[in-house]
Amino acid sequence: MALTPPAERLWWKEPIEAVELFWVAIALVWAIVMFIMMPYWHVYGKQNLSSEAYRTTPEMYTQKVQAMVDKYTIRTETARNMPVVRAPAGADIYMLARLWEWYPALELEKGQTYRLHLSSVDWQHGFSLQPENINVQVIPGYEMVMKITPNKSGEFSVICNEYCGIGHHTMIGKIYVK
Amino acid sequence: MANTAEFRTCPDTGLLFHKPAETLMKLNAVAGIVFLALGGVLGLLMGLTRWPTVHLLQADSFYMLLTAHGLSVLIFWIIFFEIAVLYFTSSTLLRSRLATPRWAWLGFALMVVGSITTMVSIFQGRSSVMMTSYVPMSAEPHFYLGLILFAVGALIGCFVFLGTLVIARAERTYGEGSIPLVTFGALTACIIAIFTIASGAIILIPTFLWKIGYINHIDPLMYRILWWGMGHSSQQINVSAHIAVWYAVMGVVFGARPLSEKVSRSAFLLYILFLQLASAHHLLVDPGIGTEWKIFNTSYAMYLAVLASMIHGLTVPGAMEAAQRKRGFNKGLFEWLRKAPWGNPSFAGVFLSILIFGFLGGISGVVMGTEQINLIIHNTLYVPGHFHATVVGGTTLAFMALTYWLVPVLFRREIIFPSLSKFQPYLFGIGMAGFCLFMMGAGTLGVPRRHWDISFSGAIFGHQFPETAYLLLGLTGISVILAVIGGGLFILQIVGSVFFGKRRGETRGPVPLIAEPVAPGLHGIGIGGISVPGTLVLALVFLTAFILYYFVNWKYLSQVWGLG
Repeated sequence: MALTPPAERLWWKEPIEAVELFWVAIALVWAIVMFIMMPYWHVYGKQNLSSEAYRTTPEMYTQKVQAMVDKYTIRTETARNMPVVRAPAGADIYMLARLWEWYPALELEKGQTYRLHLSSVDWQHGFSLQPENINVQVIPGYEMVMKITPNKSGEFSVICNEYCGIGHHTMIGKIYVK
Repeated sequence: MANTAEFRTCPDTGLLFHKPAETLMKLNAVAGIVFLALGGVLGLLMGLTRWPTVHLLQADSFYMLLTAHGLSVLIFWIIFFEIAVLYFTSSTLLRSRLATPRWAWLGFALMVVGSITTMVSIFQGRSSVMMTSYVPMSAEPHFYLGLILFAVGALIGCFVFLGTLVIARAERTYGEGSIPLVTFGALTACIIAIFTIASGAIILIPTFLWKIGYINHIDPLMYRILWWGMGHSSQQINVSAHIAVWYAVMGVVFGARPLSEKVSRSAFLLYILFLQLASAHHLLVDPGIGTEWKIFNTSYAMYLAVLASMIHGLTVPGAMEAAQRKRGFNKGLFEWLRKAPWGNPSFAGVFLSILIFGFLGGISGVVMGTEQINLIIHNTLYVPGHFHATVVGGTTLAFMALTYWLVPVLFRREIIFPSLSKFQPYLFGIGMAGFCLFMMGAGTLGVPRRHWDISFSGAIFGHQFPETAYLLLGLTGISVILAVIGGGLFILQIVGSVFFGKRRGETRGPVPLIAEPVAPGLHGIGIGGISVPGTLVLALVFLTAFILYYFVNWKYLSQVWGLG
């Protein structure tokens, strides 16, 4: 049995059961199907994570975000005067993660595609768009660019889902889709 | 063979114990169970804090104790117990002396000092960095130092295991040929442990040096890649170890033989070759890593490690079915299963472990490890839902099952409350299964992991999660209570038995502790030429559930915003 050495002196000389071969064949086919689904979705699916990313620094990234905020802010919200930015469709839009806020809030148009840039200027954060439930890791020093196309209108929250210290659970931002 | 005075033959099982090895097995298992008890209490506090209507702890204690919970169970409990398993599968199963018991003692001492150092740093309150301790967030230096010492100790344990295999072979203690399958599984776990510890050293040593000021920058993405080489791989040690335990318990309870040695062992070899790549799962939504790299690695080189787990999923219950059928339970599809000893905690624990690991942990793990599907799951509560199914429902339950058997064999004590052991595995298993399902459900609705307050009170903006999410968190809390009662009863039972159980003495007890091995070969059992038809049906049910759930998730993904 399994606690004692095999009957044959060398295990690879032991015979194989037919039922096992059958199952291995089915499982292998399923493994191949699952493997193919990923490249398939890159070609035919509409939700793929981009692999476009750049090295950056907190100073460089803050400057780019601020330039967008200065140019396209349409109003401010909340006691902290969080700018709400509405950039033209197709534009590069930025969101900056820091302890403990997402800066700024964005306003987008449904059905349009934008190039969303994400980076952190301090610790790691997690971009979690709710209630869509799209989740992306945000890492300081790396600026990720993903093309987003909102397909619903409404108010969306960006919560942080990578633990980032004691204020983690208050880190929340907004994206409005008109 | 060395001095025979150093050996003891177990009168019930005929196993030969090398006394220095036996002492080390006991100590490692006990240290593990201490951390399991601590982790269980902390787990209860976590569950009661994430249950919104209870919301027990304050934020700072929640994050501190969550860090302590993760390390005490995910690392310390499991690795201490695994070292005990390594010594058992080498020294005891091969009837050999343990290589260099002094080094094994040193390893144990380092693991104890290391684990206590890290736990102290956490309870001092300035190392609430979670188990992952992602830079640039930093913990106190002794947080890293403790982990490094623990890892060095575990590495020594691995080499003592390998040394014991060499001695057993040189001294011909177990015959001429291959080692037993269970030892082979433990060897797989040991090899994986060695690369795991190497990855841990490559990242934790520089992080420690960074913290004390000798290195000025640790790249956070590089940290994640290397840290997960340890973080995920350490869970692959568990998979190999608990599957070895599954085979062992099937052997002990039923006298089962593997359907074929070749298939089961090849599946373990696939783990060695491919499981490491699983650490890529954690990096699927990270910036700066190429798509091809993600697909190749997450698919474990075309899912060859998943294939290995699917093979064990057939061969372990298959071995049991074959043994039961040969003992005469050969009627219909499932007589072998109906007539199983459901009140034997070693069997019940392993059977539940197979179900929870396969259906909940396995399927969810593969689904969320799909490159694109990870986008709708990463860092939500789904993730701890998944890994509690693998590590608690799978590994911990299997180790509990083995412990029920080890207490009389190793400690020579009777289990004190036999009627309790009839239902304890079910209480724990069902509690954990509910917990995992409800957390996965909440994660599907977007509830984040490692988060103290999903009502966002005091935040600048608000967000309202659906009512269902609150309901699921409440059910999670209730399941945690069930599981913790089940776990607490286990600790009570084992500690009680070790100290106060009736002594068995050195004579054979009335109830056999190990079944006679069944005869080899599968002739004359099964239905229509299929030797284990019941297991095959169960395996096909599993595959159907897997396929359906996999495509349901693609469907969910196809409905979210376009991303490219």
